[in-house]
Amino acid sequence: MISVKKKGVLGDLKESLIQKIFQTSGLLAIIVLLGIFALLFYTAIPAFREVSLKEFLTSTRWDPTSPERPEYGLLSMLASTVMVTIGALLIAFPVGVAVAAYLSDVASPRVREIVKPVVELLAAIPSVVVGFIGITLVGPMIAKIFNLSHGLTALNGSLLLAIMALPTIISISEDSLNAVPISFVEASLALGANRWQTLVRVKIPAALSGIIASLMLGMGRAIGETMTVLMATGNARAFPQGFLQSVRTLTANIAIELGEVPYYTTHYYALFAIGLVLFIMTFFVNLTADVILEKQKRKLQ
Amino acid sequence: MKVSVKKSRKNLKSQLAQFTGFLFLRLAVYSVLFILLYFFYDIGHQGYRAISWEFISQVPKRGMTEGGILPAIVGTFLVTLITALFAVPLGMAAAIYLNEYARAGRLTRLIRLSIRNLAGVPSIVYGLFGVILFVNLLKFGTSVLSAGLTLGLLTLPWTITASEEALKSVPDSYREGALALGATRWQMIRTNVLPYSIPGMLTGAVLGLARAAGETAPIMFTGAAFYLPFLPRSLKDQFMALPYHLYIMATQHHAIDKARPLAYGTALVLIVFVVLFNLGAILLRARLRKRWRH
Repeated sequence: MISVKKKGVLGDLKESLIQKIFQTSGLLAIIVLLGIFALLFYTAIPAFREVSLKEFLTSTRWDPTSPERPEYGLLSMLASTVMVTIGALLIAFPVGVAVAAYLSDVASPRVREIVKPVVELLAAIPSVVVGFIGITLVGPMIAKIFNLSHGLTALNGSLLLAIMALPTIISISEDSLNAVPISFVEASLALGANRWQTLVRVKIPAALSGIIASLMLGMGRAIGETMTVLMATGNARAFPQGFLQSVRTLTANIAIELGEVPYYTTHYYALFAIGLVLFIMTFFVNLTADVILEKQKRKLQ
Repeated sequence: MKVSVKKSRKNLKSQLAQFTGFLFLRLAVYSVLFILLYFFYDIGHQGYRAISWEFISQVPKRGMTEGGILPAIVGTFLVTLITALFAVPLGMAAAIYLNEYARAGRLTRLIRLSIRNLAGVPSIVYGLFGVILFVNLLKFGTSVLSAGLTLGLLTLPWTITASEEALKSVPDSYREGALALGATRWQMIRTNVLPYSIPGMLTGAVLGLARAAGETAPIMFTGAAFYLPFLPRSLKDQFMALPYHLYIMATQHHAIDKARPLAYGTALVLIVFVVLFNLGAILLRARLRKRWRH
């Protein structure tokens, strides 16, 4: 207070100016999020002058460069995205929760000190490198095992996305397991349950909402991942028939076609419409995870 | 007697369950560790053979089947520099607002929600946004500047979160001490909060930048070039980048077999960069901590 009086009006002005600068930076997060939505929406709209929304959402045929009749249906790509994502989560979720349970309940502090940075390092590998590994290592392995001509399949994408979703699932699950009050564990052990029974019947149920949130966040990552699926899944346009076939996801389709499409054509706008669909999908997946985590935080407080 | 036999059998069963259960958890951990080590081994082993002084100091030659990756290394550094100049100060400022100025309320909740959601926006969507805003609307064209700013937006939620963690670790008594002596809020932040939180902020920033440097989808359409045998001269130039170069070498090259060793080399250089960035962040934190302590 004393120093404010000394500096007088000028000091006050400086203070409020500084506060305004910081506040604007804080508001930037909202502006950017709204800006992404608004600009995507605005750029996607012209596509629907020529393409009906119904065709866009329900047709399985995507062939924008056809000379007779260009077609703009995203259903095959949407199905591919969903399929690759589900495959990835089927692998990553059990493994991720197991690693999280190990870190929170079994590992000694020294082992934890080693495993945790390794998991963080896994998150640090660039997605293009994971895709490269899919081409050179995992893909050929799949081709050999299933006797295929090449391994660039939905399965390849799922395996690699599982690896990329693991760090998210592990860290969020571990946080929520650690947040279970110690009194729960003590009560269970006092009743004669051993550590495994305590983990499976007390801790995991108590942390379940956080574990489900980790699944959602992992799902968000898998849906939006681009380079890995672009490089590793073969990019065939047809409706996906099985895990041993090549598929083309929403993200991969944007990456493939945006480089070649002339600006301001229906095809160009349609690619932004796909981007908008991706934005909306991941937004709701992440929002759900967020709501679950906030609820859990309040409950445990 | 009977009861105790029953009891011990039940005990045995639950012990067996615990044994197999923990075994399963261990197996999960070992397989994750094994996969990671195998990835590093494969790329390290194959990439090592491609790496030479020539490889990191020369431009690509003969349709990228020979020569080096210097333009890609320089390009990645430049674009990461732009990203840093944009995202680090803004991220710090936003974190200072959230932790030091903002009162709990609807607006603050909305800002935090936006930050968490921005962290989940797919990287290719940032790429699309960069094409509309920086390349077209602001007329920066496909350039180092457009790509750097796009990556900057992508990095922003990470730098805000890391900076806020660092600010939270400063005890409230430091703030109260300054305010009690009559300091204004900004004086308090400058003298009693920032000095102790800067190490953590910079560490988080470096880790975020390491991730940004490895991103491909956001720069593909905002400035990264297929092949440029020279270094960018201005911020409006296109550039080569390590991750995009790896993508090209692995999938788009006309002679995949000839390009494969160079692709391995590029992948190794990229991974070494990321690991060095991570180590650098840890060392930086240790050093700055020591300095600020005095």
